[in-house]
Amino acid sequence: MAKKVAFMQGNEAGAHGALYAGCKFFAGYPITPSTEVAEVMSAELPKVGGKFIQMEDEIGAMAALIGASLTGTKALTSTSGPGFSLKQENIGYACITEVPCVIFNVMRGGPSTGMPTGPSQSDIMSAKWGTHGDHPAICLVPASVQEIFEETVRAFNLSEKYRTPVTIMPDEIVAHMRERIVFPEPGELEVINRTAPSVPPEKYKPYDTSFGDVPPLAAFGTNYRFHVTGLNKMEDGFPTTKAAIVQAEEERQVRKVEANADDIIKYEEYLMDDADIVVVAFGSTSRSARFAVNEARKQGIKAGLFRLITFWPFPEKQLLALSKKVKAFITPEMNLGMCTGVVKGCIEGNAPVHGIFRVDGEPINPGQILDKMKEVK
Amino acid sequence: MSGRYELRFSGAGGQGLILAGVIMAEAASIYDGKQAVQSQSYGPEARGGASKSEVIISDGPIDYPKATVVDALLALTQEACDKYSHDLKEGGILLIDSDLVTKEPVGNFKVTKFNITNTAKNEIGREIVTNIVALGAMVALTGVISKESAEKAVLARVPEAFLELNKKAFNVGYEKALAAQK
Repeated sequence: MAKKVAFMQGNEAGAHGALYAGCKFFAGYPITPSTEVAEVMSAELPKVGGKFIQMEDEIGAMAALIGASLTGTKALTSTSGPGFSLKQENIGYACITEVPCVIFNVMRGGPSTGMPTGPSQSDIMSAKWGTHGDHPAICLVPASVQEIFEETVRAFNLSEKYRTPVTIMPDEIVAHMRERIVFPEPGELEVINRTAPSVPPEKYKPYDTSFGDVPPLAAFGTNYRFHVTGLNKMEDGFPTTKAAIVQAEEERQVRKVEANADDIIKYEEYLMDDADIVVVAFGSTSRSARFAVNEARKQGIKAGLFRLITFWPFPEKQLLALSKKVKAFITPEMNLGMCTGVVKGCIEGNAPVHGIFRVDGEPINPGQILDKMKEVK
Repeated sequence: MSGRYELRFSGAGGQGLILAGVIMAEAASIYDGKQAVQSQSYGPEARGGASKSEVIISDGPIDYPKATVVDALLALTQEACDKYSHDLKEGGILLIDSDLVTKEPVGNFKVTKFNITNTAKNEIGREIVTNIVALGAMVALTGVISKESAEKAVLARVPEAFLELNKKAFNVGYEKALAAQK
């Protein structure tokens, strides 16, 4: 049987990816340029026995996600910069309580209400440090409609596997553009569900590390009862200020992502074998970069593209290794140097890093990247 | 980038230009077996302002999703024509609404003009199908997708009660553009 094919928008593909992953709950507050995710979820969730709630605001939506997920339901919200800022307090709550959920944040101009219909890539630091305190961060940055579908499925998988919120962040261009998508058949992509407790309710502890860095999570409503708090907690979920426990718990929560970076990090290398000028890019900017790399090759410039698909955790190891054999990095991004700083931070000064920054609501075009390649070659 | 063909549909917000672009790209991608990407740019206002929808059609994979050098431009308003004609390539196709765009951009373009909006309003009877009249005209002038695929894509996107209306709009636009072509 021929696979189902459609011509659709990135945001729509994200919603369908969530449904494929088994998402049964959406709470959100509409905001450009992410609203189509909510639109599709509102139409589709009732058909699969799910619930859609338009909440009073963004932080309420985030709270609803945590509540829904604690009953064993995969939960999604969608938003954009201003809403992402408002959600941050409860994203931290999901981190410390270790509740899986997925935040689909479409990047538009900022800060504040900024440029609602203009593209941007300036939320990548918020995805790691938007909420206060040390915590794990997983952030995915897809670059096509097909990839938004697949990475949304992966966002749910990682969230379930590591008991932590995951952010998927297409920029406005990728989220709003339309391309052909081939829908995977059920079973074709892996779908991961959180580990349920193997002990009876009276023996269950929600943060029992004897099961490893990611303890099994029971669902409310299945006879398992436990305490959920934003305070630092013991293995039974009740608050503690005991130094040794707090230290160990904080370290474990960060470690469960950092120690599994190889499982989470995903990237694509294009024409990298002999490249001496490497463009590090993500989202729609990586598409401009690919165009520029192709043009550069025609002109005899040995350019390559390292495309980030996972932004957090960042592929530090890979870039450090690359930095020892390339002449220069070029980092185009629709912000004033966020990714550039991260790249510089992991390559120990081995190669120069040339940023191209744009925050005027216009995409970085291939010509700009090609000009920079000629300048640094 | 051989075979990369770039179209831009521009006008005011509310004229249905994004939909026209979507249908063009859908026809290429789903019915014509080519690759296509459609993107858009618009202001915060729901009506008015300058709005554009871009379509890239190619035989191979499309990386950069926005226009680089425009092969064919539709401008339904003067504001859109002034704002979006700067990167139309030399010898490129320019389709304008003759009632609404009175000042043509300077350059060596293949200009075709007819009263697109008034054709929809008076000949078809509904101004709302202006975008479909324009789409028919763009399909005729560019030849980048087949007429059959375009018509199929139009009909797949509109409610049943308006099939005939849109079919007529598409065909009138197609014929008028050929007649008006210099």
